[in-house]
Amino acid sequence: MITFLVRRFLLAIVTIWMISVLSFVIIQLPPGDFVDTYIAQMAASGSQVSAEAANAMRQLYGLDRPMYVQYGKWIVRVVQGDFGESMEWRRPVMEVIGDRLWLTLLLSFSALIITWGLALPIGIYSAVRQYSFGDYAFTLVGFIGIAVPNFLLALGVMYFAFRWFGASVGGLFSAEYTLLPWSMGKVWDLMRHLPLPAVILALGGTAQLVRIMRANLLDELRRPYVVTARAKGLTERRVILKYPVRAALNPFASNIAYLFPYLVSGSVIISIVLGLPTVGPLLVESLISQDMFLAGTIVLLLGVLTVAGTFISDLVLMWVDPRLRRQMD
Amino acid sequence: MRFPFMRRRRAASAAERYATATQLQLTWWRFRRHRLAMISLVVLVLAYGMAIMADFLTTTDPHDTNAATSYIAPQAIHWHDDDGSFRPYIYGLKGVRDLRTFKLNYTVDTSRKVYLQFLAHNYTWSVLGFRSDLHLVGLRNPQRGDGIYLLGTDQLGRDLWSRLMVATRVSLFIGLTGVSISLFLGIVLGGISAIYGGWVDLIVQRLIEVVRSMPTIPLWLGLAAALPSSWSVTQIYFAITIIISLLAWTDLARVVRGKFLSLREEDFVLAAELAGASQARIIFRHMLPSFASHIIAAVSLALPAMIISETSLSFLGLGLRPPAISWGVLLQDAQNIQTLALAPWLLSAAVPVIFVILAFNFLGDGLRDAADPYG
Repeated sequence: MITFLVRRFLLAIVTIWMISVLSFVIIQLPPGDFVDTYIAQMAASGSQVSAEAANAMRQLYGLDRPMYVQYGKWIVRVVQGDFGESMEWRRPVMEVIGDRLWLTLLLSFSALIITWGLALPIGIYSAVRQYSFGDYAFTLVGFIGIAVPNFLLALGVMYFAFRWFGASVGGLFSAEYTLLPWSMGKVWDLMRHLPLPAVILALGGTAQLVRIMRANLLDELRRPYVVTARAKGLTERRVILKYPVRAALNPFASNIAYLFPYLVSGSVIISIVLGLPTVGPLLVESLISQDMFLAGTIVLLLGVLTVAGTFISDLVLMWVDPRLRRQMD
Repeated sequence: MRFPFMRRRRAASAAERYATATQLQLTWWRFRRHRLAMISLVVLVLAYGMAIMADFLTTTDPHDTNAATSYIAPQAIHWHDDDGSFRPYIYGLKGVRDLRTFKLNYTVDTSRKVYLQFLAHNYTWSVLGFRSDLHLVGLRNPQRGDGIYLLGTDQLGRDLWSRLMVATRVSLFIGLTGVSISLFLGIVLGGISAIYGGWVDLIVQRLIEVVRSMPTIPLWLGLAAALPSSWSVTQIYFAITIIISLLAWTDLARVVRGKFLSLREEDFVLAAELAGASQARIIFRHMLPSFASHIIAAVSLALPAMIISETSLSFLGLGLRPPAISWGVLLQDAQNIQTLALAPWLLSAAVPVIFVILAFNFLGDGLRDAADPYG
């Protein structure tokens, strides 16, 4: 089990390293180096950058050195918590990102909980009551969840909320709380706004998980041990919940590692449609205006947090599922 | 002419036919019983047919802008004239000058009928060197400002139906191209890791895990945003396709590797080996036909993901860019809730997206069930 943990951890490190390289590539991709971009932006807003200042900046970032040295310098500063400065906002990148990162995580994590919370009972119901009205209804909703990309779903919900209730459903805070510092009232306000985007985000993953859960449970229910349990006079509830459901839970364990990155990805898009104060809109804005330090940092942080989240959920699942622990030995 | 004895012979040979059928034939027979998957197959064939004939189906030049005809609601075709005869027509448009802004705006004029003509001549289009100005529908007696706007127009007065036709072609084929690249990567990497095993397998497996645990959309966005704005529409198209497929090959590689490993243990592979067949012959002659249907199923499940990716990227303004037209580009106009409330028909591009993705999913399910014809 220790070997498994170490292997998982090493894999996470490698993934984070690859993400950091990709983030660095993204920062480097626009033509010219970023000091050029910086000077052009300063010039556009009417201020000048002297040649000495430009050279000093080039040396600071090591732009006159080979690529891997630049990467090394950058990653060292990143590890120390210095992500550079946003050109668009003229403030340190971390300050610009602020609460948005945690709100992104909160949204993705809520969606994860909802996915599990919905997929488990619906999956069991659909398998136990196969071909019932409820099964068909859930299958239909599930197909909608799979076929409608979540940004379209968000768009549709916005449109109908506007059309029928005349209400805007976007945002994570009411107008009066947006600029206030954190307080109990603001947290409560967030809790009231969070469910809708979280459900929209969760629907696609839920639909897939329900289908897997249903298929697995159907296979289990045909096994002889279920017949034996029933023949021995166990209550129907026990017959189903005690053994087959636990055996069919496997997809929850194996899919979690890919569900979380999927949800983080999705949160970027639906945040833009619903106008949520997460890093999504900021990322797209910064990419369009080529504010590369901001964009690269967001990609890096999202990637790292996703990997960390996946790692933690692996640990939790190993703790919950003894089979998984034994498999790893 | 049919003779009775011929029918008897055919009946007798049914069992024989089953025994001698190839793997793909068996898969097809099983697939045919899957009703929903068959319907989906028809829907997809129609969709790709429409995509190929997109220009012929347009009614107006999809790039033609006209500020005066902005946000015209979808026009219904009236199939029968007042006397009940079959003469399809639509109502004409009448220009009204706004007295405050002095802008000419077109509104529907129900007093005037404009008749439709099938196989009409209009703007010239060309596909792969084939040029024509023939279109399925045109107007017989148009006046200034008249046009057929089956799905309404957007802010710039461009005809949404015509744009949707061209967008369908772009979006459907970006899926196909992307899947081909992913499939190539998947077969090569999955095959290599299954054949060589050992540390090669280990590296490819870890690579797959790493790629799968990355949040794809932020990475796509970052890479797509870096494409130079000076690139032509075609260059951007291929670059976006490659970016999307670079992160999507992992599922296919897993399918290929898994099938390879399980087939290697089969008796018929051992028999071929003992008979002295070369490795290449074993792979291409004996193993490949056995898992071709599995690959087809995996591909048909990967295609909708490709299409959603492109649509999402373009929707955010970082995928295909105007003047290119794709489903995502069309939906970009529908991002704003105020615009949407004013012109809900801008959402019409969502309909083909949903139908095509559903159809691919049903098709993939049917194929997956049929892929094991002996099961």
